[in-house]
Amino acid sequence: MMTFPLLSYLIWVPIVAGGIILFFKQETYFFAVRGFSLLISCLCLVVCGFLIKGFDAAQWQMQWTETSSWIPNLHIQYALGIDGFSLPLIVLTCFMTLFVVLASYHSVKTRVNEYLAAFLIMQGLMCGVFAALDGILFYTFWEAMLVPMFLIIGMWGGKNRIYATFKFFLYTFLGSVLLLVALIYLHFVAQDSAVIQNQDVFNIIAFQKLPLPLETQKWLFLAFLAAFAVKIPMWPVHTWLPDAHVEAPAGGSVILAAIMLKMGGYGLLRFILPITPDASLAFSGGMISLSLIAIVYIAFVAIVQKDMKKLIAYSSIAHMGFVTLGFFIIFALIKQSPDSNHASMGIEGGMIQMISHGLVSGALFLCVGVLYDRMHSRMIKDYGGVINSMPIFASFFILFAIANVGMPGTSGFVGEFMVILAAFQANFVYAALAATILILGASYTLWMTKRVVFGPIQNESVAALVDVHGMEKLMFFLLAIAVLCLGIWPEPVLNLMHATSNHLLDQVSQSKIVGNL
Amino acid sequence: MTSEFMLAAPEIWMLSLASFLLVLDLYLGRWARWTTYLLCQITLIGAILLTLNVFGQVETLFYGAFVVDNIGNFLKLVIYAIGIFVLIYSRYYLFERQIDRNEYFVLILYSILGMMVLVSARSLLTLYLGVELLVLPIYALITITKEESAAPEAAMKYFVMGAMASGMLLYGISLLYGVTGSFEILEVAHALALQPKDPQVALLFGFVFILVGLGFKLGAAPFHMWVPDVYQGAPTSVTLLISTLPKVAAFGMAIRLLVDTFPTFNVHWEQLLVVMAVLSLAIGNLAAIAQSNLKRLLAYSTIGHIGFLVLGLLAGPESGYASALLYIVIYALMSLAAFGIMIGLSYQGYEAENIQDFRGLGTRQPWVAFLMMLVLFSLAGVPPLAGFYAKFLVLNALINAGYIWLSVVAVIFTVIGAYYYLRVIRVMFFDAPLENVSFQKVPNYGVVLLSVNSLMILALGIYPAPLWNVCSLVLVAPK
Repeated sequence: MMTFPLLSYLIWVPIVAGGIILFFKQETYFFAVRGFSLLISCLCLVVCGFLIKGFDAAQWQMQWTETSSWIPNLHIQYALGIDGFSLPLIVLTCFMTLFVVLASYHSVKTRVNEYLAAFLIMQGLMCGVFAALDGILFYTFWEAMLVPMFLIIGMWGGKNRIYATFKFFLYTFLGSVLLLVALIYLHFVAQDSAVIQNQDVFNIIAFQKLPLPLETQKWLFLAFLAAFAVKIPMWPVHTWLPDAHVEAPAGGSVILAAIMLKMGGYGLLRFILPITPDASLAFSGGMISLSLIAIVYIAFVAIVQKDMKKLIAYSSIAHMGFVTLGFFIIFALIKQSPDSNHASMGIEGGMIQMISHGLVSGALFLCVGVLYDRMHSRMIKDYGGVINSMPIFASFFILFAIANVGMPGTSGFVGEFMVILAAFQANFVYAALAATILILGASYTLWMTKRVVFGPIQNESVAALVDVHGMEKLMFFLLAIAVLCLGIWPEPVLNLMHATSNHLLDQVSQSKIVGNL
Repeated sequence: MTSEFMLAAPEIWMLSLASFLLVLDLYLGRWARWTTYLLCQITLIGAILLTLNVFGQVETLFYGAFVVDNIGNFLKLVIYAIGIFVLIYSRYYLFERQIDRNEYFVLILYSILGMMVLVSARSLLTLYLGVELLVLPIYALITITKEESAAPEAAMKYFVMGAMASGMLLYGISLLYGVTGSFEILEVAHALALQPKDPQVALLFGFVFILVGLGFKLGAAPFHMWVPDVYQGAPTSVTLLISTLPKVAAFGMAIRLLVDTFPTFNVHWEQLLVVMAVLSLAIGNLAAIAQSNLKRLLAYSTIGHIGFLVLGLLAGPESGYASALLYIVIYALMSLAAFGIMIGLSYQGYEAENIQDFRGLGTRQPWVAFLMMLVLFSLAGVPPLAGFYAKFLVLNALINAGYIWLSVVAVIFTVIGAYYYLRVIRVMFFDAPLENVSFQKVPNYGVVLLSVNSLMILALGIYPAPLWNVCSLVLVAPK
């Protein structure tokens, strides 16, 4: 049934298309370039539709797999496949890129073709990260993605863009090279192991079956964590994110917040939990503490921000704290009871939180982008009373703001609620601390909303603001639908990952230490 | 019949043609002097054919002085191929500056002949002969433009350092001869295998001297002092030559010396190589940060890359040598492209060699800037470019050999190294162009050539399997 290599299409079509538009100067081919990139991103969404249609949610095995040899004498393969964790993230990637393309219609004036090309190439690479099953292929996509992002922030960014983009690149590069060392090391363990077939020695799924002594697992855990914690980002390696977000153009912020951060979370699910379960158990206390610090401390930091983008960036870090909390709380739950329901709630809650955060923070960054295009300021103090001049925009803004707070009925609620519920089962203190986000989150988001949207009109430029027009309306409308749907009826998405998360729990609850097997 | 002379045909062809062309050039009028350049290219193409003709054969010739084997032939082919590019870029450089000196090309041929002799040495004396023949023409080449004030200094430095390295090498060889009684590499290796576990002091001395000589030739720290000055002082076309061909040849030298001569000695050389590798990585990558001259920056980056090469050698026969070979081939390609682009952007009276000279290249000449970006990201080791797979394979071999801590050190210095490559990219793409400098467009054929050169790096990155296959096959040494 799965003969058509849809995943490869999803990866390579945008990359090739991006390469093609690089050659068309924007002055001459203004509409052609934009139309073409819009076409490509819509096409990718259609392909996503086929992916979902052909996806069997009852299985945890990889589906839509494609395997061919890439570097034969090292057994490195071009291996792709998706499961319940990667599918929603791939769909999210294609969905959000569409908005970036749409939003660029008005916000980007210089080097449009290069801008769109960079984002299309990014889209392909990001899908590649989520679909790669071979360690080296994964790493290739993972690293290659830094190049377009580096250029996006550096070329279209704000005043301090050079500093921000260097910090972004070097921070993430440092984390990922350790991932490479870990992958190579695992490959040699796999080579000597009897469990693994020879052609699978770089396969991530094969890595998950490897028995490993605890000491090794701990080192591997730390090496993986170096890569993923920077991407998520976890406290205290989060400092690149506010800088990058503030300086990036609106589209760059959207992709950073909506997709790139999710790769860290995805890495936890794909690498850390299944490959080093015993080390994860050993370190779970520390990871939970770091998550709680991220949630509580960073939320306080967010309150005092004067820059809207920075505020949303910090709120992203706090929300990603929920993701890591959900993923590591499961160890406390597995210890307590054999019933895996609560534990799977932690994982699925984390996943939903990732998707919801992708939508909501993406939408908020787009909102700030819309304001920035008109006022050229991101400072909260320059605004006030926007609702008077931009009523439609304001209503969307408020919707996304309350989704960010986690109001029931919006997508933000589902993930946070599930994670808090799981945390309650484990430990009351964890849950109580995590639940402070409901108050803190409300305070920073709503306070910002109040200062920006409500109140009397601050100054003349606010009064002169023009409301959102067709393309922007469409974009916000689609996002609002997505946020509400996921909030009211998350069941379909949850169904997609049930089997996969249960399988992950099975893997996690079995010790991989050699003696115990 | 394959007589010994048939097998040595590439060298004989190269020698006779180079000598013939040197004389011929004297009798050509000004209008016909381009023929020398053309004939030089034909010489290289002929050498490719002759070498392909003997490829696959393994034979020791001339009473054990000279060997034809796969690794030697492969290195020769790489050298010819890069040599063709070097000649084209050099011709453009000389043409732009109206330097009418055809001995330039002939000298390159002689240097290539030296490399050919070096990589097919089966005797330590042949090896020494090759080394000398390799460097002597380059000393002359550095000073060929005359006006360059830094060039004589660079040549002097290169000469003094090179002479010292040769002296060390020769002294080591003589000590080795004293202990083993032979110059022939296989006999030396055989005699060394019979040595007691704790070797004699004379032998250790000899070995260390040889290693020091090799370190000088490779430009590995702590024997790297000449590299930045020579790179910066030499005309860019000569820097292009120095940074590519001799490095490939020096790899052959390392294989002939360390692997062929001292196979049983690896316990001793491993420790020394660890020090050399870590120092090279550290000095190369840290010192490059402070540079504002791109040639000097690339010189330091070369030292860092040589550190990786040494790591590959360290990783041992299983896949280490092959990874080092792949590394040096890819490095030569990248270096060729980087200096090629610099040559393309320069013209008479204006050398694009400071990082600031690249300001705004992304808006002025987007395609050339894009190519340069590919090269720089590849040098930094970002996938999917060839530079990444070179590093990956070295790390792979290194971890296989059990040096996990070394691989962590290496990747951390890679991150530090990424910083200065990014600086150049930043200048090209993020900074506005300078108003008061008039720039020359790279001519069309140059753009085509540079595109081939740089896109090769991308292609090798996306599909590195064939090159890696060849590299691991030629190093399966039949004894």
